[in-house]
Amino acid sequence: MRALITSVYVFLYAPIALVVLFSFNAGRNASEFTGFSAQWYGKALANPFLVTALQNSLIIALVSATLAAVFGTMAALGLERLGARTRAIFDGLLAAAIVVPGVVIGIATLVALVAVFGAINPAIAALWPGDRPPQLGLGYGSIIAAHGLFTMALVTMIVKARIATLGRDIVEASADLYATPFTTFRDIVLPQILPSVLSGFLLAFTFSFDDFIVAFFVAGSKTTLPIYVFASIRRGVTPEVNAIATMVLVASLLLILISRLLMRDKTQKSPAGE
Amino acid sequence: MALTMTAKRRLVTTALLAPASVWLFVFLVLPFIAMVIFSVGERGPAGGYQAAFTFAQYANLPARAAAYWNTLLLAPVGAFFCLVVAYPTAYYLAVKASPRHRLLLVSLVVVPFWTSLLVRTYAWMYILGSRGIPNLLDMIGIADVRLLNTPGAVLLGIVYGYLPLMIMPIYVSLEKLDRRLLEASADLGAKPVSTFFSVTLPLSLPGVMTGVALVTILLLGEYLIPQLLGGGKVFFIGNALVDLFLQSRNWPFGSAIAVTLVAIVVVVLMVAMRIAWRISGTRQVDLI
Repeated sequence: MRALITSVYVFLYAPIALVVLFSFNAGRNASEFTGFSAQWYGKALANPFLVTALQNSLIIALVSATLAAVFGTMAALGLERLGARTRAIFDGLLAAAIVVPGVVIGIATLVALVAVFGAINPAIAALWPGDRPPQLGLGYGSIIAAHGLFTMALVTMIVKARIATLGRDIVEASADLYATPFTTFRDIVLPQILPSVLSGFLLAFTFSFDDFIVAFFVAGSKTTLPIYVFASIRRGVTPEVNAIATMVLVASLLLILISRLLMRDKTQKSPAGE
Repeated sequence: MALTMTAKRRLVTTALLAPASVWLFVFLVLPFIAMVIFSVGERGPAGGYQAAFTFAQYANLPARAAAYWNTLLLAPVGAFFCLVVAYPTAYYLAVKASPRHRLLLVSLVVVPFWTSLLVRTYAWMYILGSRGIPNLLDMIGIADVRLLNTPGAVLLGIVYGYLPLMIMPIYVSLEKLDRRLLEASADLGAKPVSTFFSVTLPLSLPGVMTGVALVTILLLGEYLIPQLLGGGKVFFIGNALVDLFLQSRNWPFGSAIAVTLVAIVVVVLMVAMRIAWRISGTRQVDLI
């Protein structure tokens, strides 16, 4: 049994470790470690396309995760107050946002936005007084919208699960002591759900930062980090790609670590984080 | 104040739900409707879409039969292989591991799932590629081994990518299991093996069901793993969709395929929930 478990952990971590190891390889050879060097990191970071892609990814992840955390938390709080039927419809839509494959979300968003832009852009052009009318197109906005859909649903699920474990009695006690609903929310509910909100935010950020397939469809001419990595992989496996891959890995590892520390505070019993 | 308490309460509820409702409507419901409309349209002369009402795209679906076949075969098979590795791991974590190390061990299983699937799949490309294992085999005299771009490579990538997602629900269901049942079974003279098959396994079935359903559903829409490890030879529905939308620009046909993919996901989900209800005997099933 022990041997089996050990091999599962080796299976999970050895491939990643190999990529990290060879990102420090001095030589170009992918199967022979010829010496330690950080040169590939320098090469990667000196590449302006990579830096732009990284910036794009950070902006998109930050905005979509913030929107997801705020709107998702609001939705989780609002759902509590709904009647059973409306709530079921809402729950169904949220589940759909999570279950529908990313590839379909990407396509549906692309198709809808192209149709909408096709209708609006000529109208703008007709009404615009100057020579160069602004045209709506794919880019930051479309990626944020598509990422926000999934991550908002994710945050709602996480915060909803946390709210379900809250003691009703403490909320009622607060009301009995003449606290206004807002005061009760600020002093009683918010402090208790805050860790799950933050953890939801970080998971949303991680998802957006790592997502390839949704962005692939709706990015337009923008390049995100995963799109850049994907394109480099198709050009060939090089130590530089290993270095970029390692940096992506370290970034998401840090985020997930912080997220799990936050979750552990309040929800000792569910290490699944789901 | 003109507002009564109930009116005010209703106003707050509406305000709380407004952004999420708008988002779900504009970026989920509307796009889905648009996709269905596109799927009954025609391909424009320069690619893209031209308005029409025809079921020609759906009639043309058999042209991509290979993608459906690969997806519908490899998704459940991949989920099954995941299960084979995941169950003993989850069992060890929940039942055998010392409580002191349990949290750390469980975290170590979960963490990879939240790191980039692209990078994790790339790692296998690296290992299976000509400069990886085949190169090492070449050194000891076994030449011309091809591992990358085979169905086996895709399956390996699937197990690697989705193992954490399979382990977690099984672990949770095993962890909730009341230890006294196991002791009672042992006290009544059952051998460990028969305790496992008559107590532990049936009680962990809901977790197994959740894991299999989750992994299968995610695999149905997979693109990266067959793309990177199958090299265009092992084609999933997701790969067909990328091809139709971003390369050959046949949007109506792509939309029709996407609609069928959603239909397949819904059917799988419903079957899974039906089975889960039967297993657990209640309607309280959380698949997500």
